[in-house]
Amino acid sequence: MDDIYDVIILGAGPAGLSAGIYASRAKLKTLILNEGTIGGQVILTHEIANYPGVETTNGFQLINTMKKQAKEFGCTIKANLNITGINLSNKIKEIEVNSSDTYKAKTVILALGGKPRTLNISGEENFKGRGVSYCATCDGEFFTDKEVVVVGGGNSALEESVSLAKYVSKLTVVHQFDHFQALPYYVEMAKNNPKINFIMNSELRGIEGEASVKKVKIENLSTGQISELNTNGVFIFIGYSANIDKVKDFITLNSSGEIVVDNNMKTNIEGVFAAGDCIAKRYRQVTTAVADGTIAALSASDYIMNLE
Amino acid sequence: MLMTNLKHVESVDEHKKIMEENENVMICCGRMGPMCLPVYDIMEELEDKYKNVKFYDMDFDGPDAHVIKNAPECAGFMGLPFTMYYKNGKVVKATTSIQDMDQVTSILDEYFEKSEYQHSKVAD
Repeated sequence: MDDIYDVIILGAGPAGLSAGIYASRAKLKTLILNEGTIGGQVILTHEIANYPGVETTNGFQLINTMKKQAKEFGCTIKANLNITGINLSNKIKEIEVNSSDTYKAKTVILALGGKPRTLNISGEENFKGRGVSYCATCDGEFFTDKEVVVVGGGNSALEESVSLAKYVSKLTVVHQFDHFQALPYYVEMAKNNPKINFIMNSELRGIEGEASVKKVKIENLSTGQISELNTNGVFIFIGYSANIDKVKDFITLNSSGEIVVDNNMKTNIEGVFAAGDCIAKRYRQVTTAVADGTIAALSASDYIMNLE
Repeated sequence: MLMTNLKHVESVDEHKKIMEENENVMICCGRMGPMCLPVYDIMEELEDKYKNVKFYDMDFDGPDAHVIKNAPECAGFMGLPFTMYYKNGKVVKATTSIQDMDQVTSILDEYFEKSEYQHSKVAD
């Protein structure tokens, strides 16, 4: 545990694994620490048809290959752990996991990714798997001929609504604004589907039921009026937010809570870099995450060379 | 066929044999989807640490998956994967939808003998 790594990468999505591949191939002693399952959001992707050089793949296969590559170059990967402490203020950075083990490194790459937003309302956690779902492809069939509510107004919400409409008898999209963020193509597809209804300017305030979901409480944001809607399920697609909770007190963020980096993926702290969906940028794709991770690893390598 | 490194349960007979031959068993019945993959990943990681537990997956769309899908403990489940924990062939716990490492290990620790694995000692 007293060994000092050249690079510790926090996160094992495409950005973190790419950084791991490049850093370990550059003979840097590299450790990836990951809180959840390896892969990040890309494992949610059933088909990837636009990754250059690969005709078609899926998120699981792509990540497994990246993981294998990183390990073959000598990168150590530890997953499914809790990062309980981060100290980046000294020359040697320290990362504590599971409130006990501390890992040290000359540089840290933050590839913390994003996480699906949750509603954080009563009933959401209790009814997970008993009516509350975050994946139409996974769970749609359990709602055959039932009524469901979809929360959200982006591409995912409307695309998944159209997909769910194949199973359900009635679907109500509840969205907090009076317009959708989704591309017109998805909006049109949803609006043209006779099973899909819309409640705009509204937010869910609670999910209720017994063994499974029976109804939701909806607040009209214009009037403040709360109404109830009987439903068998709630599908939540309200986007992603950067995983910055553990670094937000010392890393510079933009107004959207994303890590600010320069062209070399440097953060405001010496020897600390960031990459992937947790950084401030416009386009979030596997390819951009891979590029960020590559640049961060090369910058970290450069930084270490200048230290010596 | 599930593309995991776990051992697969492929038939009712195999399921029965596993129940007869093992004291503590965890079976995750799912697909290669975003709610299931994290659970498989956790199980693969725990295989070395919970030597007293046998870990298996089962294809939710396989012809014999009814052995789990139709179990009374799964009544009302509406989220993949369906994960079953058996002691001496009896279901002691069943969960629906995605679970994290803490949720899985707390069930293993509660229903099966606590292994030497400490949450703070996560190996490669």
